[in-house]
Amino acid sequence: MIETIALRKEYSADGRQTTALDGVDLSVAAGEVYGVLGASGAGKSTLLRCVNLLERPTSGTVRVAGEELTALGPADLRAARRRIGMIFQHFNLLSSRTVAGNVALPLEISGTGTRRERSARVAELLEYVGLGDKAEAYPATLSGGQRQRVAIARALADHPRVLLSDEATSALDADTTRSILALLRRLAGELGLTILLITHELDVVREVCDSAAVLAAGRLVESGTVADLLARPDSVLAAQAFAPVAADPAAAYGGRVVRVAFTGQADGQAAVGELARRYELDVRLLAGTVQTIAGQPVGRLDLALDGPADRIDAGLAWLADHGLAVLPDDAWAEVAV
Amino acid sequence: MTAELIQATLETLQMVVASTVLSAIVGLPVGVLLVLSARGGLRPAPVLNRILGLIVNLGRSLPFIILMIAVIPFTRLLVGTTIGSAAAIVPLTIGAIPFLARLVESAVSDVDPGLVEAAQAMGARTGQIVGKVLLPESRPALVRALTVTFVTLIGYSAMAGAVGGGGLGDLAIRYGYQLFQTNVMVVTVVLLVVVVQVFQLLGDRIARRLDRR
Repeated sequence: MIETIALRKEYSADGRQTTALDGVDLSVAAGEVYGVLGASGAGKSTLLRCVNLLERPTSGTVRVAGEELTALGPADLRAARRRIGMIFQHFNLLSSRTVAGNVALPLEISGTGTRRERSARVAELLEYVGLGDKAEAYPATLSGGQRQRVAIARALADHPRVLLSDEATSALDADTTRSILALLRRLAGELGLTILLITHELDVVREVCDSAAVLAAGRLVESGTVADLLARPDSVLAAQAFAPVAADPAAAYGGRVVRVAFTGQADGQAAVGELARRYELDVRLLAGTVQTIAGQPVGRLDLALDGPADRIDAGLAWLADHGLAVLPDDAWAEVAV
Repeated sequence: MTAELIQATLETLQMVVASTVLSAIVGLPVGVLLVLSARGGLRPAPVLNRILGLIVNLGRSLPFIILMIAVIPFTRLLVGTTIGSAAAIVPLTIGAIPFLARLVESAVSDVDPGLVEAAQAMGARTGQIVGKVLLPESRPALVRALTVTFVTLIGYSAMAGAVGGGGLGDLAIRYGYQLFQTNVMVVTVVLLVVVVQVFQLLGDRIARRLDRR
């Protein structure tokens, strides 16, 4: 539904050139909630704005719903943007319009329907986001969560197939964030909306996203379904989700310290017991976490293994054969930093 | 005397209201154009922006009394005479346009760029962004700008009165200064203060009512 190919964006200011996006290939399937995670300055905001061409990429292609946006003229681009909703961190509601007036704005811009049809659509949308009684209120009188709901209703007004979300929950408290994320999830489920969101919060990705990508210094470091990423031992996403036990675990605990990742079918705890018995190793459990992500258990076990080196190697190979990924020592050192 | 005072007050109001309205008709679009054509604006046009800015600055730096005399031929061409309230409207309007244009520019460029971005994301044309976002969102500031222009024009109109423009300024000069009737001078000044107060209050109230932030 959304595809970017070799997307590059460079800025030059005061003769100095900075690269915000350095060849991004992103692919979001229809009906998917896709999260792009990245620290501030990683280029997420630029990436999102390149999707509806609020920022024009220096080079590369953007396709939304099969249409190559980067090849469109101004009028066609405006028409294409009407099929792409967008919500923002600071809501960006017009203070001079009531809630109903704000939701009606995209319909007025696209010239959709008569005044009566528009107000019927607005009422329907406000009901959908749970603000049926706030139609005549002004945004200034609403809470942050309510304002974001208005912004979501506004983004949906013209029946878009794609929703872009720019840090939509970053200005909200934890409870409100959860309710807004639940609403986004509902949109994807009930309306079949494809959602591309950017965030710096792992929790957002974990809570609503089917798939995710990690953006760092203008490049996609990794991408895939959230469950797969978290299961992969060398995933940057997983490294954030599972904090390391110590900066230098081998020095801190003695023996050979390994991190084992498992998902779904594999039973981590049972395998550890089996490992100790079968290979006669002294296995100490340093830390363990099991999280449910996208309905699947995903776990990490940090183990200190003591015993002859060949038996440890054999044991680790056995774990790998049984669906438990063993993180290589050097890779762990890298992600643990 | 009372009849003359009323007459003069009405003349002043007529001059100032008419030139405020006329200067808004030109100053508002010029101010918006300054914002749109600026670097990083919705329709960047550096040459147009620089030329407009130059003209506006020129108009702003010219003392009103000189401007008034400089446009006399133009006034005669337009109104047929250079004496009286109707003739005074011409220099007053020309003097107020650049002043108001700058105020409009500052009011419109204060609108949160995020709102413009949201409208762009909805597929809005530049005209729609101006009509549905920039102007409505800057309405309170625009009303304040018009109020300031109005009050400034009352000052200018007194100056216009001195060279035959009629109104309270004219009255004050003729009776108060040339005929040494200090009481007429005092009453005139009081009337000017009252007019300024009333319109300032009115402007503030309207601006506050429009402000939904």
